Amino acid sequence: MDAMAILSIFVLSVFVGFEVVSKVSSTLHTPLMSGANAIHGVILVGAIIVADHSETNLELGLSLAAIVLATINMVGGFVVTDRMLEMFKGQKK
Amino acid sequence: MSRTIYDLIGLAAGIAFILALKGLSHPKTARRGNLIGAFGAGLATLVVFFYASPSVYGKAESSLPLNNLGWILGAIAVGLIIGVPAARKVEMTQMPQLVALFNGVGGGAAALVAIVEYLNLGSEATTAQVVFTVFTVIVGCVSFSGSIITFMKLQELMTTRPVVFPAGRFVIAATLASVIGVGGWVVSALGTTPLLILAALSLLFGVLFVLPVGGADVPIVISLLNAFTGLTVAASGYVLDSVLLIIAGTLVGASGTILTRLMADAMGRSLFGTLFGAFTAKPQDSSGVAEDRPVRSGSADDVAILLNYARRVVIVPGFGLAVAQAQHTVRELADLMISKGIDVAYGIHPVAGRMPGHMNVLLAEANVPYDQLVEMDEVNPTFGQTDVAIVIGANDVVNPAAKTTPGCPIYGMPILEVNNAANIIFLKRSMRPGFAGIENELLYDPKTMLLFGDAKSSLTKVVSALKAL
Repeated sequence: MDAMAILSIFVLSVFVGFEVVSKVSSTLHTPLMSGANAIHGVILVGAIIVADHSETNLELGLSLAAIVLATINMVGGFVVTDRMLEMFKGQKK
Repeated sequence: MSRTIYDLIGLAAGIAFILALKGLSHPKTARRGNLIGAFGAGLATLVVFFYASPSVYGKAESSLPLNNLGWILGAIAVGLIIGVPAARKVEMTQMPQLVALFNGVGGGAAALVAIVEYLNLGSEATTAQVVFTVFTVIVGCVSFSGSIITFMKLQELMTTRPVVFPAGRFVIAATLASVIGVGGWVVSALGTTPLLILAALSLLFGVLFVLPVGGADVPIVISLLNAFTGLTVAASGYVLDSVLLIIAGTLVGASGTILTRLMADAMGRSLFGTLFGAFTAKPQDSSGVAEDRPVRSGSADDVAILLNYARRVVIVPGFGLAVAQAQHTVRELADLMISKGIDVAYGIHPVAGRMPGHMNVLLAEANVPYDQLVEMDEVNPTFGQTDVAIVIGANDVVNPAAKTTPGCPIYGMPILEVNNAANIIFLKRSMRPGFAGIENELLYDPKTMLLFGDAKSSLTKVVSALKAL
C-alpha cells in the first residue's frame, strides 16, 4: 500500500480516537481502558500471519508464543470488561 | 477469498472498534459497546483463516489452509484456557492488576511478532519497514516489563511507594539513550545479536520507567502503557500490510492518550509529575514522630450513638472496604440509617479504590442504589451541613495534605473535604498510612474518632448497636 494512503488512515484514526473518548465520565475510565486494552489484542491477527509465514522452528516458536499472549489479551480483556459493566446493569436512572 | 473482500471485512472490524470505544464512553451503551468490540475482534481473527495472505516482508504468498494451522489453533486454545478463567474468576478488587497484566501480554505479543518480522526482513525491506519493526520491539518490550511492574505494585508483591535510587534519573536517561543508540545500530546492521541486546535494554527501561511511580498513580501509567501497546499494533500493521491493525492500533493509541490525560486530570496530577515527580519531591517528614501522638479511638457503641443523633451522614468508601468485602454490610448500615430518617449519601472520590471508577463497580456489585452515590464535586459543598462523615478503609482521598503540603506525593489531588464535617469517623485496620504512604493529619483531629478493626466486623457491630438504640 502506498505511504500516503497509510498516512491518511493513521491521521484520521488518531482524530477519531481522540473524538470518541473525549467526554467520558470518570466512572467509566476503568472499563474504557480495559475495553481499549482488549482491542489491541487484535495483534492476534498479526501473530497468526507471522506464524503462517514461519519457516524455522525459532520463528514458529516465537509466533506461537505471540498467539498465546495475544489471545489472553484479547479474550481475557473483553471478558473482564463485560464483567465490570455487568455490575452497572439494572440500575440505570 | 479475494483481497477486496478481506479488506472490506477488515474495514468492518475497524468500524466495530470505533463503535466499541464510542459505546464504552456512555454508561447506557457501555456493555453493548464492549460486545461490539469483541465481535469485531472475533471477526478479524476468523477471517485470517480464510485468506491466503500475500507476500509480506518479502515472504512468498501463502496458500490455504494456513501453514502450521494445527499449531496456530493449539496456541489459541492455550490462550483461551489461560485467559478466560483468569478473567472470569478474578475478584473485582483485583481487577486493576489483571487489566495491567493483560496489557503487558499484549505488548509482549506485539514485541514477539516484531522480532519474527525482523528475523525475516530480507534485503528488499524498506528502511521504513525496518524502522517500524524496531520501534515495535522497543515499545512492546517497554510495555511488557512496565506492565509487569505495575502488576506487582498493585498486587503488593513489591513496595507501592516510589522506588528511587541514587542518580536514578541519570540511569534512566542513560538507558533510554542506549535504547535509541542500539535501535539505530539494529536498523543499520540487521543482525540478530543487536536485536536481542535491544530487547533486553528495552525491558530494562520499562522497569526503570515504572519503578519511581507511586502506588496511587499506577493506573495512569497503565493507561499510558496501554496507549503504547496500541501504537505498536499500528506499527505492526504497517509492516504486515494490514489496514485493520493500523486502524485498531491507532485508535487505541489515540484514545489511550486522551484517557491517560483525563485520568491524570481527575487526580489533579500532571502526567510529567506522575512519571518523574518522585525525583524532585522533597523527602517526607519522618512519620515516626507523628505515630506517637495520641488518637481518639471509640467503640462500636460510641459510633452508633453518634449516628443515631445525626441528621446527615456521608459515607466515604475506600479500598479497605472492598478488601474486607464489606460492601453489603455498609449497605445494611445505610438502609438502617435511612429507615431512622437520616439523610445518607456515599461520597465517591473519582479514584476511590485502585482505579477511576473502581469503587462504583464495587458498590454496584453490592446493589447500592445509584442515586445514593454522589460524585466528589457535588458532595464536597455539603460537608459543612454534614453531622458525621464515616471514612471506611479510605485514607489518601480524604488527606488534607493534598491541599496543604506542597511536595507530598499526592499534593494537588482533589480530595473529599470530610474535614468540614462536624464529626469524622475512621474505620481502619491500623494506623498504617494509605496506598500513597503518607501520614494523614486528620486522624489526630479532635473531632475524629477511630474505630479499629476489620471493616466488615466493625460495621456489623455498629449495625447491631444502632438497631439496639
